[in-house]
Amino acid sequence: MIPEQFGYSAPTSLQEAFSLLQELGEDAKILAGGHSLIPMMKLRLATPFHLIDINKIPGLAYIREEGNTLKIGALTREVDLEESTLIHDKYPIFIDASKLIADPQVRNFGTLGGNIAHGDAANDHPAVMIALRAVVEISGAGGSRTVAIDDFFHGFYMTAIEQGEILTEIRISRPQSKFGSAYHKVERKVGDYATAGVAIALGMDDKGICTYAGIGLTNVNATPMRAERSEAALIGTNLNAEAINLAARHASEDCQPSSDLRGDEEYKRHQ
Amino acid sequence: MKKTINIKLNGTDHSVEVEPRKLLVHLIREDLSMTGTHIGCDTTSCGACTVLIDGRSAKSCTILAIQADGKEITTVEGLATAGGLHPLQEGFKENHGLQCGFCTPGMMIRAVELLGKNPNPTESEIRWGISGNLCRCTGYNNIVKAIQYASAKMRGAELPSTEPEFV
Ligand SMILES: Cc1cc2nc3c(=O)[nH]c(=O)nc-3n(C[C@H](O)[C@H](O)[C@H](O)COP(=O)(O)OP(=O)(O)OC[C@H]3O[C@@H](n4cnc5c(N)ncnc54)[C@H](O)[C@@H]3O)c2cc1C
Ligand code: FES
Ligand code: FES
Repeated sequence: MIPEQFGYSAPTSLQEAFSLLQELGEDAKILAGGHSLIPMMKLRLATPFHLIDINKIPGLAYIREEGNTLKIGALTREVDLEESTLIHDKYPIFIDASKLIADPQVRNFGTLGGNIAHGDAANDHPAVMIALRAVVEISGAGGSRTVAIDDFFHGFYMTAIEQGEILTEIRISRPQSKFGSAYHKVERKVGDYATAGVAIALGMDDKGICTYAGIGLTNVNATPMRAERSEAALIGTNLNAEAINLAARHASEDCQPSSDLRGDEEYKRHQ
Repeated sequence: MKKTINIKLNGTDHSVEVEPRKLLVHLIREDLSMTGTHIGCDTTSCGACTVLIDGRSAKSCTILAIQADGKEITTVEGLATAGGLHPLQEGFKENHGLQCGFCTPGMMIRAVELLGKNPNPTESEIRWGISGNLCRCTGYNNIVKAIQYASAKMRGAELPSTEPEFV
């Protein structure tokens, strides 16, 4: 399968990329890891007129901590998250999620920015971002702005990124309390997209009382979803079985899964 | 509109004109006539098309040739040297790690990166490491053994028994 004809540019600076985006308008698409976009182009589900490859722009791939904030460059690959000691030690949720994404070859190329910018509720990182209450930096010719993750996903393949803009950074502020996070997904086979997935981040004070709860759900709604009632059911408790059961019940009541090849609606609610 | 790209394939420099939509696997197989790299699924699932791009294993059915501009590509043809077979090739041969052989070039190339990062992997790390490569014939056990054999050989450790396992 070969994609339809398109033009190609590989700018070497963000400024150059912004001018190209402005010049080419709506039909130009950004190429990051290419592991969502190229499969879609081969199937002709996407037929961009021009690709702007951002892989030659230096300085877009990094993982660093500044004070209490984790900053991840949009072009950071899954494999770099998997292999980062900072991520291993402090944000294991990324390891949980990354190692369940496709396979090593795909993870060598797929980027965190692309995973989110794609705006697909079947992808795994959006739920992680929701659990961690990430803030996304979006840049354009006029400068940068930040968008809270709850305002980022607008619909199927639609996000807050406007024409002419590039997602440049993901920021996560770590709660001060004792903090833990994990991601779990049910899949049909290794490397498949999630039938359903859940990302959880929890913070507790010294007395063991839950002070932070972030819960994101994968592929059970048209957009990646925050389980608000479930979060509320955990906060202020000592995370006893009763609170956890209530949170789980809320999550299964509040989601809107669609039946597809990976399972029918009832099956997904049950997860 | 065609563009000229420069790549190094298995140590040889090439300057080629490509359409942006040409996939890397087609450049390698059709324009540069290295047919060791296979196309199985054409949908990023089977791993038969795996090559190394600057040392990173990649499914070349999902990379544009033009993205490889300025990069070094290694395919199965680049594994053996004048000194003989690569330890992985020897491992697959000794352990009956292939039957029809269709998946083998991709498996071996993927294992090159795996052993580069983790010279002494456990069995489970090997199985995770090749989770993007499908084999319809062997049942994987002999592939795992082949990679264990190569790992031992590359580390200079004692070679494991090569009694093949038929499943
Ligand atoms: C076989 C297979 C299995 C997979 N399984 C999973 C899975 O289980 N879970 C999962 O989460 N993902 C999965 N993926 C998707 C994979 O993780 C993709 O790599 C990821 O979704 C997109 O990242 P990318 O960098 O490859 O983006 P690209 O494909 O390059 O881009 C995707 C979209 O985002 C836009 N975009 C990319 N970067 C930016 C940016 N910085 N600013 C603005 N727009 C941008 C592009 O224009 C495009 O529309 C799978 C992919 C394959 C091929
Ligand atoms: S042909 Fe590329 S993964 Fe199957
Ligand atoms: S040996 Fe036949 S597919 Fe692996």
